[in-house]
Amino acid sequence: MSQATRLDPRQFLARKSFIELNARERAQALMDQGTFRELLGPFDRLESPWLPMQGVVPQADDGVIVARGRIGGKDSVILAIEGKFQGGSAGEVSGAKMTATLDLAHEDATRGRPVQVVLLLETGGVRLQEANLGLEAIAEINSSLVALRQHVPVIGVIAGMVGCFGGMSITASLCSYLIMTREARLGLNGPEVIEEMSGIEEFDARDRQLIWGVNGGEQRHATGFADDLVEDDVEAIKKCIIEAFGRGLPSKHRSERVDDYLKRLAAIDVSHQLESGALRKLGWKEESL
Amino acid sequence: MSFEQTISTRGRTWFEALAGKHAKLVPSVPSVLVADTTLQKDRVRFLAVVPDSGNRFPCARQGQVGLQEGWNLAKQVRDAIQADEKGEKRAIVAIVDVPSQAYGRREELLGIFLAAAAATDAYVSARLAGHPVISLLAGHAISGGYLTHGAQSNRLLAFNDPGVMIHAMAKKAAALVTRRSVEELDKLAEKVIPMSYKVEDYAKLGTLYKLIDGVNVDSPEAKHVEQVRADLLAAIADARSGQRDLSSRLHGARKHRSATLEVRRRLAEQWNAG
Repeated sequence: MSQATRLDPRQFLARKSFIELNARERAQALMDQGTFRELLGPFDRLESPWLPMQGVVPQADDGVIVARGRIGGKDSVILAIEGKFQGGSAGEVSGAKMTATLDLAHEDATRGRPVQVVLLLETGGVRLQEANLGLEAIAEINSSLVALRQHVPVIGVIAGMVGCFGGMSITASLCSYLIMTREARLGLNGPEVIEEMSGIEEFDARDRQLIWGVNGGEQRHATGFADDLVEDDVEAIKKCIIEAFGRGLPSKHRSERVDDYLKRLAAIDVSHQLESGALRKLGWKEESL
Repeated sequence: MSFEQTISTRGRTWFEALAGKHAKLVPSVPSVLVADTTLQKDRVRFLAVVPDSGNRFPCARQGQVGLQEGWNLAKQVRDAIQADEKGEKRAIVAIVDVPSQAYGRREELLGIFLAAAAATDAYVSARLAGHPVISLLAGHAISGGYLTHGAQSNRLLAFNDPGVMIHAMAKKAAALVTRRSVEELDKLAEKVIPMSYKVEDYAKLGTLYKLIDGVNVDSPEAKHVEQVRADLLAAIADARSGQRDLSSRLHGARKHRSATLEVRRRLAEQWNAG
C-alpha cells in the first residue's frame, strides 16, 4: 500500500491543491479531460424539501455531485460530497442521489458493463434537520455499497478539511480501498460529541494534537484503517485512485476480517486510555496477523 | 457520564421471551446475546445487544454499541451464513434496544467505525445470501447504534409504545449540535416528520413493515409474546418471498419520501443519456 513521500519545495509549489477545490471541481479534476458529465445537476433543482420548513436555505444539488466520465480511460462515476453545504451531511435527497447511483452502477456491473465508483467523502454524517431520513439514507447507502462491492471495487477518498464522521464513517469503512490525506480526519464520533457525552477527561475537544493523533489521516493509515496516504495534490490523488482500481477486488474486504480484528481487540489492555504512538506499534497495518 | 441514562432491560426481556426456554444459547460476549431456536418450522437466530456493567470498554457499559458489540455481531451473523451455506437459510432476528454507539476515545482509536461497518456488512451479506433479516425495535434505536444493529433488515417491526424511539441522535446531543433547546426540537418535530422522536411519526415515513399495537413492552404477557412471534413469522415469510435489498422500505415512500422516488426516477433517466 502506498504512502506519500513529503514533497520537496519545487514539487510543493507545482502541485495543485485538491482540498481547495469544491466538490464539483474535485470531480471535474479527477475525470479525464473532456469526459465530465454531471447528472442531476443544479438545473434539475432537486433540493431538500425539509430545510425550507426550518428556515434553512436549500441548495439545488443538495450537496452531492453525481458525475460520470472516465478515469484513466475507464468508465467511472464519482459521488462528490460538498463539505461546505450543511457540513456535507446526508439528507433525503443527497442520500438518495448516492444510493441510486450505487444501484445503477450495480445493475451495470451485473450486465457486464463495470463502472468504476469513487466516493469523495467530506461529511459530518446524518443531517440532523432531516434526522430519520438521513439515518435511513445512510443505511440504504451502506446496503447498496456492500451489494455493489461484490462485483466491482469501490474507492473512498477523504481529502479534508471536513473529514468523514458519523454514519458516513461506516460507509468509508465499507469501501474496498480508502485513500486519505494528512489533512483528513476519520471517526464515528467527533471530538466535541465525545466530550459532551462522556466528559472532558475522555476527550478534550480543544486538544488538537489529540484529535489528529486519533482521527488524522496519518494515524489512520499507520494503523491500517486507510489503505493509502496521499499528498494534497490533484495528480497524486488521481494516480492513487487509478492504482487502487488496478488492484481489483481485495481477496477480503477490511470489514469482512472479523476473526483478525476480534483477536487484535482481545490482545489489547484497555483498562487505561491508549496512546496513538503505541497503537502504531501493534502492527495493525499488516495485511494478516 | 454527563448525561444520565436509565439502563433499559427491554432488549434482554424480549430476547428471553421470544427465544423461549428451549432455545440454544450460543457462546458470546455478555453484551451480545445470541440464541438459536425454531418458531414453528422456521429456524431463527436471535441477536440482542444488552447492557453489561462489567464491559471492559467503560463507554459501552449501558447497552451502547461499541467495538466488541460490532465485531461480535459480525461474527455471529457470519457464522450463521457459513453454517447455512448449502442448506436452508435461517432467519436472523435483531432485537433492538440500543441507546447509541459508544462515545469514547478508545473506541475511536481502535476503529469503532470499522466495527460498525463489519456488523453492517454481515447483516447485508446475510440478506443478499437469502437469509430473512428482521428487526424488532423494542426500545431505543439511535444513531450509530441502530446503523450497526437493526438498520440493515429487510423487514422492520416496531412496538407502538412511547419507549420506542428511532433517531439520528439522542435528543440532548441533537439540541447541542443544532444549537437549539430540547423544547425547540420538540416543537420543530411536530411539523418536520423525520425529526420527530415519536414512533407513530416514524411509521409515517413508510419504512416499517409493521407497527405492533397492544403489547406491554416492559413486562409482556404470554399472549403478547405469542402475538409478536406470529408477527415475526409473517415478516420472515414475507421477506423470503421478496427482494433481498431494502426496496421494500420504499413501498410506503410515496407520501413523505416523494423526493427519494423522484431522485431515483430522474437519475435512471440520465444515467445513460450522455
